[in-house]
Amino acid sequence: MQINDLTIRAATVNGSGSQSANLVLANAIFRLGIPVAPKNVFPSNIEGLPTWFDVRVSPQGYQCRSSNIDILVALNPATWHADVRDVKPGGAILYEDTYAVTGATKRDDVSYYPVPFAKLAKENVTDAALRKYLTNMIYVGALAHLLGIGEDAIEAALRAQFRRKLKAVDTNMDAVRLGMNYARENLTKTDPYRLEPMPGNNDGLILMEGNSAAALGCVMAGCTVAAWYPITPSSSLCESFIQYCDRYRVDAETGERKVAVVQAEDELAAIGMVFGATWAGARAMTSTSGPGLSLMAEFAGLGYYAELPGVIFDIQRAGPSTGLPTRTMQGDVAFAYTLSHGDTKHIVLFPATAIEAYEFASQAFDLADRFQTPVFVLSDLDLGMNLWMTKPLPYPERGFDRGKVLSAAELDAAGSWGRYRDVDSDGIPYRTLPGTEHANAGYFTRGSGHDEKALYSEDPNVYRNNLDRLSRKFDTARSAVPKPLTEESGNPCGLIAYGTTHHAIVEAREQLREAGIETDYLRVRALPLTSDILAFIERHERVYVVEQNRDGQFYGIMRTELPAHAIERLRSVRHYNGVPIDASAIFDPLLQAEQTELVPA
Amino acid sequence: MTSGAPPANVNALGLSRDIYKGLPSTLCAGCGHNSITNHLIKALYEYGVAPHKLAKMSGIGCSSKTPAYFVERAHGFNGVHGRMPSLATGAKIANRELMVLGISGDGDTASIGLGQYCHMIRRNVDCTYIIEDNGCYGLTKGQFSATADRGSILKKGQVNELETIDVCGLAIELGATFVARSFSGDGKQLIPLLQAAFSHRGTAVLDVISPCVTFNDHEGSTKSYAYVKEHHAILHTPDYIVGGREIVVDYEPGTVKEVQFDDGSRILLRKLDVEYDPANRVGALTVLNEARERSELVTGLLYIDVQARDLSEREKLPQKPLAQMNEADLRISREEWSQLMESFG
Repeated sequence: MQINDLTIRAATVNGSGSQSANLVLANAIFRLGIPVAPKNVFPSNIEGLPTWFDVRVSPQGYQCRSSNIDILVALNPATWHADVRDVKPGGAILYEDTYAVTGATKRDDVSYYPVPFAKLAKENVTDAALRKYLTNMIYVGALAHLLGIGEDAIEAALRAQFRRKLKAVDTNMDAVRLGMNYARENLTKTDPYRLEPMPGNNDGLILMEGNSAAALGCVMAGCTVAAWYPITPSSSLCESFIQYCDRYRVDAETGERKVAVVQAEDELAAIGMVFGATWAGARAMTSTSGPGLSLMAEFAGLGYYAELPGVIFDIQRAGPSTGLPTRTMQGDVAFAYTLSHGDTKHIVLFPATAIEAYEFASQAFDLADRFQTPVFVLSDLDLGMNLWMTKPLPYPERGFDRGKVLSAAELDAAGSWGRYRDVDSDGIPYRTLPGTEHANAGYFTRGSGHDEKALYSEDPNVYRNNLDRLSRKFDTARSAVPKPLTEESGNPCGLIAYGTTHHAIVEAREQLREAGIETDYLRVRALPLTSDILAFIERHERVYVVEQNRDGQFYGIMRTELPAHAIERLRSVRHYNGVPIDASAIFDPLLQAEQTELVPA
Repeated sequence: MTSGAPPANVNALGLSRDIYKGLPSTLCAGCGHNSITNHLIKALYEYGVAPHKLAKMSGIGCSSKTPAYFVERAHGFNGVHGRMPSLATGAKIANRELMVLGISGDGDTASIGLGQYCHMIRRNVDCTYIIEDNGCYGLTKGQFSATADRGSILKKGQVNELETIDVCGLAIELGATFVARSFSGDGKQLIPLLQAAFSHRGTAVLDVISPCVTFNDHEGSTKSYAYVKEHHAILHTPDYIVGGREIVVDYEPGTVKEVQFDDGSRILLRKLDVEYDPANRVGALTVLNEARERSELVTGLLYIDVQARDLSEREKLPQKPLAQMNEADLRISREEWSQLMESFG
């Protein structure tokens, strides 16, 4: 028996409504107290292309993808051959019984469970419009029977999914029972997989997408202006923000809204509106993905040089150019860090979990205001659009940090002031907001060369001093950004990762431990680099930098900025096929490399 | 302030004209833009704009430098090329109490910034948007811009074979709610149009032909002082009347069209030789097209719609500026937060 440790893959056609069924399945298992990690691998298309949904189940609660497919639900004839091939030996295949099991699809090392899904749906679902959709619920029922998921758990998951639509719950539950009954009467279980409830294990946990968490971070940070251009996989962040604002920012009596959301004509305008709004004193954000980030480059430089706060979410997707819009990557790290021409550098945050997506979103607004600069939150499709088990997001205990903003009274007390003067020797100047009623409040913001009073200047010393002050400001930010997290026990081998790569690191370290290789681990959470990173490298003989891009972008940043003795110790491990990294992408190369290290020359 | 009429050398806010001045202009002597700056100073002074409420926005180019040359104590923002409309939009929704005044040029608006120009108009962002239009790029030494007329000739003899983009006609097509055209040399017309634009709720577009003395003021140019003087066709004579103030001039009945703004102020358009109705969108486009056929520069208030809702209204923004809201205004309450968390998974 293999209990609570398996990956179910539903291979379906997109636009067929399979997403709801897959979410109900994941949610039902979650309700049994068994840890789940759902991963949606979907096409950039509305209807008719292959889509896969993996529900990983593990007693340890691993949140990364697994490439071991134990159970396949095959409902897409177009991918039938490849899907069967990907099931691991000993696995099981629940499939539409009209598919031919012959040649390569006839394997002797897996269990086959044929179900006449189409026929069952045709005979039992009279509403033709619902038929295709409810076919998916039939497989949820059949799987539930085979794995031992009770009817109660499915029903509870359906209720959670459909909320107040009670009729929908009943209709779907009928289809689920249809699958359960068919399986009970017609299928003989020959596979080793079973799910057993782990009562209480998931108590206090919820399932949440990173984009929802980030949107809530924006709400709680007091973001009042959002300007965006729809782009996968970031759209759901702004859409969630709108949804929460509709619920919590609207005056019930007057209908007045304490937020302005503008769907811009492109990403250039979106980020322009953000900077216009922050210049005038509001907290503002935009969310985008790679192609949109490219368009924002010009304004990002203005934000850096004219010193304007602003929060930019980049939910990274795969590829240069259009790439793979519905696949994941950590491919914008180097680009975002120095986005724009000239000497430009930005604060970048790397959330790895739903809680960090929420907390870093909020913190980004504080950092943007404190440092008067754009802050980039680099999430990715995996974090943004998949469901993650998480503790509930904590209520914020601190107020906003609006940074160095001078009021009219403070201007009186200050006497003379200069917009870009480094009064506190931390590189951070003081600003005033338009609308401040004081004769000295006004100044002229510009992206051209300027002196401490914000006046136009081409003086070489003035220009250089200003750039040096911006560097000083960036250095001040090093101690304000989220610090790396470390797990260390004096091993010679260290790992560095950031963002969602973390979840594969967790499992890979466990596998390496079982293989006799102990590792230490540092998870980077922000740029600029903090001193802890260099210190960690210095404490280790070999440090593997694991990331999800082809060129080792973070590794490259470290090579540029760290001293030679640290660079020598770095090795780059990369994963870049568009699907979330799994443990084997770390375990395999590390095992090989470490075994080479350990063999005496 | 004591009751009675304010002293003669200050405006309704008690501010002197000097307050509305800026740094010395660094543009060429005789540049049309400098005239516009002077008209703006007068218009803002007379109108009684509070400097701290004024947000001067611009893009890049000769025109975009000019916000430094008036109301020095106001906040100004010289952004990136062709992107001022997005900055102006953001500033206005962040603080709807600001009076947003955008200064752009023909390259900044009709070439690199055409997209943002169009979408600002579609959104009807409450701002005044002035195009200082000389048909060429001054800072990069005289190349054609997209408002250059077909057949016009550059200083070195190159002929523009491309059709011009009429920023006024385009604005009207896009649903603009205030569109005017004027000439930098005609302060009598421009100042009341500017003041009407300040009073208008929504995007007020003013295309002001403003000759470039260095690169586009020669024979063969259609944006030269000489050409404008010869081809100028004025629709009507505008007068701006501050809200509540009596009209002291007598107009012959039927010779004046009056438009009233939200703030009670009015613009009176005195009829010249032709009947013109600025509330007629199709008529406005026809007049622009016919003028182009005749190679005329038609100026005046081309189109106005005082009923349309602006962006802040459509977004249902409260009177209190978003920029001034705090944790208590914006955060979800603790109780609602717990309920929200429970609703997940």
